[in-house]
Amino acid sequence: MTFVAKPRIHHPHLPLNEIGLTRRDYEGSVSTLCAGCGHDSVSAAIVQACAELSIPPHRFAKVSGIGCSSKTPSYFLDKSHGLNSVHGRMPSVSTGANLANRELFCVGVSGDGDSASIGLGQFAHIVRRRVNMLYIVDNNGTYGLTKGQFSATNDKGSTNKKGVPNLYEPIDLASLALQIGASFVARSFSGDKQQLVPLLKAGLMHRGMAFIDVISPCVAFNNHNGSTKSYEYVRAHSDNVVNVDYVEDHAEITADYDPGTCEDLRMPDGSTLRLYKLDDKFDVHDRVGALNYLQRRQEEGEVVTGLLYVDPDAADCHDILDTVPTPLNALTEADLCPGNANLERVNESFR
Amino acid sequence: MTVAYNDFVIRFANVNGSGSASANSMFAKALFRMGIPVATRNIFPSNIQSLPTWFDVRVNEAGYLGRREGVDIMVAMNAQTYVDDVASLKPGGYLFYDNSKPLAAHLQRSDVHEIGMPISTLLLPEFSDLKQRGLFKNIVYLGALAALLNIEFDVITGLVAKQYKGKEDLIQPNIHALEIGRQYALDYLDSPLPIQVRRSDAVGDRILIDGNTAAGLGAIYGGATVCAWYPITPSTSMAEAFEKYANQMRLDGATGQRKFAVVQAEDELSAIGIVIGAGWNGARSFTATSGPGVSLMSEFLGLAYFAEIPAVLFDVQRAGPSTGMPTRTQQSDLLSAAYASHGDTKHVLLFPATPKECFDFAADALDLADRLQTPVIVMSDLELGMNDSLSEPLTWDDERQYDRGKVLSAEQLEEVEEFGRYLDVDGDGIGYRTLPGTHPELGAFFTRGTSRDEYAAYTESPEAYERNMQRLETKWRTAATMMPKAEVLGVGHKTGILYYGTSALPMQEALDLLQEDGIGLDRIRVRGFPFGREVYDFIERHDLVFVVDQNRDAQMRTLLVIEGDINPAKLLSVRYYAGLSISAETIHAQVREHFEALKLPRLTEVQS
Ligand SMILES: Cc1ncc(C[n+]2csc(CCOP(=O)(O)OP(=O)(O)O)c2C)c(N)n1
Ligand code: SF4
Ligand SMILES: [Mg+2]
Repeated sequence: MTFVAKPRIHHPHLPLNEIGLTRRDYEGSVSTLCAGCGHDSVSAAIVQACAELSIPPHRFAKVSGIGCSSKTPSYFLDKSHGLNSVHGRMPSVSTGANLANRELFCVGVSGDGDSASIGLGQFAHIVRRRVNMLYIVDNNGTYGLTKGQFSATNDKGSTNKKGVPNLYEPIDLASLALQIGASFVARSFSGDKQQLVPLLKAGLMHRGMAFIDVISPCVAFNNHNGSTKSYEYVRAHSDNVVNVDYVEDHAEITADYDPGTCEDLRMPDGSTLRLYKLDDKFDVHDRVGALNYLQRRQEEGEVVTGLLYVDPDAADCHDILDTVPTPLNALTEADLCPGNANLERVNESFR
Repeated sequence: MTVAYNDFVIRFANVNGSGSASANSMFAKALFRMGIPVATRNIFPSNIQSLPTWFDVRVNEAGYLGRREGVDIMVAMNAQTYVDDVASLKPGGYLFYDNSKPLAAHLQRSDVHEIGMPISTLLLPEFSDLKQRGLFKNIVYLGALAALLNIEFDVITGLVAKQYKGKEDLIQPNIHALEIGRQYALDYLDSPLPIQVRRSDAVGDRILIDGNTAAGLGAIYGGATVCAWYPITPSTSMAEAFEKYANQMRLDGATGQRKFAVVQAEDELSAIGIVIGAGWNGARSFTATSGPGVSLMSEFLGLAYFAEIPAVLFDVQRAGPSTGMPTRTQQSDLLSAAYASHGDTKHVLLFPATPKECFDFAADALDLADRLQTPVIVMSDLELGMNDSLSEPLTWDDERQYDRGKVLSAEQLEEVEEFGRYLDVDGDGIGYRTLPGTHPELGAFFTRGTSRDEYAAYTESPEAYERNMQRLETKWRTAATMMPKAEVLGVGHKTGILYYGTSALPMQEALDLLQEDGIGLDRIRVRGFPFGREVYDFIERHDLVFVVDQNRDAQMRTLLVIEGDINPAKLLSVRYYAGLSISAETIHAQVREHFEALKLPRLTEVQS
């Protein structure tokens, strides 16, 4: 498999943003993910959000871990640098990148395996450190790239492609982020651009860490949460789904529903995912209230989407460390080296 | 009475957490200030309070400062270890102890001199507070030693005044405690002893400093702005020194804001991840750790090697494997550091031997990492990192510019005909890199640990993969030309000795002992890996080379055999790995054994 450059076709009809660029200027190379993969929808939403914000495309720094989700930074913003790191460690690499240059917009993309299993420790600690970045988890409840094992966000009782049920309690990253003090927490659905794009934009502009848990169905190993029965239903009606090597082409799963309402989405596995969209009556400044609300709706089988919590005045990592406003990577010898005369004084203190 | 001056080993046996450390280091510092060469060794348990600790000071006018076997003066302040402490005294040595309670008969030795002093009894009427009495015990024996060894008293009182500067009310009671000890020793003990000190000029302009502090300073001078670390003995004090001095020397004059960032990470994986993220984004960054940390960092080190991201790591080695002896010294991470990570991975190593070299190599490592776009690991150890030793003063050339390596600016990007991150333009295996955010249109690329072509585009093409791996080999050869040169001292002997790091400390003494046996050796101190030409030339020129390792498995010897394709029979191993630092006696004895076993000719035989 080789990298495919996207042909640059001039589209005279595409609208220009404030800095005279079109959406095309924010795209990346051609995706190699399965057709219909939710992650591609997230990438498209990122492209749209960045373009609408009119941030020069090279002023982003993209960081990811390992997984199908972590491959996606190739598929957006190809004028910015990206670092596809190791499994579960996107948070630490992002921390370093942000410490080095606080002026870049750091976008971290991770998966549910990447962030809720191998990288759960790094996830928790980057929340605590309040690194100024947008942290996206493409949450499909499965390990896509290693072919469909359960991830830790998968609901107890749902079955995988081979019909084996998940026996373990799920980890809800949004609740965890709220609980350990994140200053921006949201959840959305990959196919709901109406909701996702504004959340991404708000997250990018938030000072501190903005965490967005994006439910993003995997069309190949569709063991999404929801009805265990319907999985059997699909198996009874289609031989293809049980064949691990065969990935059927799927259409992108989209959602279009109003705030304050629910939408039932049919997942690739035939299960139903019930989303509840927060309306503007929801208090986004009440951390404890948000936590309670999330859990209560979850009890009722609903996944709450929308902005759950934001503290626009929270300190970020550089405030906490009290670093100079100049990016650390731009400091030169004159700023950094205390000179030999000072060293002689140091020597004297060791005599 | 014949008096021996400035040549002894004194051991303080104390209880961890009893406040003895400051009194003991004042003792060493006093001798140092009298111009006498000293080396200190703190032998401490993995514990915060109540387990035994020992503090050794070797005093040697000739400048032999490696660890020496046997103790001349034992200050036995720990009842738990009394039996062993008494036993470790050399015949004819001096046992200083608190005789407020009489010494049990089975602890007495007829071949040593007992110097009993009722320290607790003396303190009873002086200080009512129990804790104070405990602390001042240490000061009282310091006062007594001043009289017994003829230490200039005003040097000690000067140190007390310096130590408690700003806490003036503590100075007087401390001086009083010193006086109690001194007066008792003058009145009731045979002061001074036939072992004494006297003022000398053998120290010169050298300083007394530990390697971790020097390394922390080196990272500041070398321009590191990001330090990410996770606490682990014996490396912790390096990160702490960086932070301490950066808080003094790296603040913005106007705002007081910091021109550096220190992150105490949640673990070593995170620490190295932060370093790599910062390095990718153009900030000089480092971490300090020890063997267990290097193990955890291995996956990330492979990423930095393959994605070609600068990173600096200090491995202050301790005794392994596993948790091993966490507070004891070894050089046992050579192989795990050199080849850290899966796949065909190799890393640049530096081997400092003195605090000055810790300072220099910290700054050099930052340059090398940027120049070579790869991790550089500085291999210190507990002996060097945590003990105060004599060192040339630290110096910095104010004309020195940081070598940021091949980083293209926006203007340069516009000038180059074609940018390919992994193109070997100069034939040295090192491509040109760009930093995120440099140019709106040019130079962006996606960095990854997976295979890619010269333009950083993902590919699984076998040819492209192989070309890339070969270029990394070319880079490795380039690295070999950039390492600090090995120090070679050769007069044409047929046999040589090769060593690195803290084995340098006892080396002169060992070679002098061997010379007395008619064994002459050329020597080479290796300072970097990959090995430079001069290392292989040295081995080539000699029939046999002893390789000194402070690990069980002769790891340096293995590295030489693997990397230099050297006939193993040519490299004879000299090893010590029991957790203390290697002594001249050990090197002497093992080399001599080899000479005897192989019936190698002695100098006298060769000359005759
Ligand atoms: C240290 C390590 N262990 C295991 C793997 C194998 N691995 C690759 S991706 C992956 C799971 C990815 O799952 P997730 O983060 O949910 O991403 P998705 O593919 O579902 O988007 C695993 C286990 C690896 N690359 N590195
Ligand atoms: S395996 Fe699943 S997560 Fe991976 S690309 Fe295919 S659909 Fe997406
Ligand atoms: Mg996943």
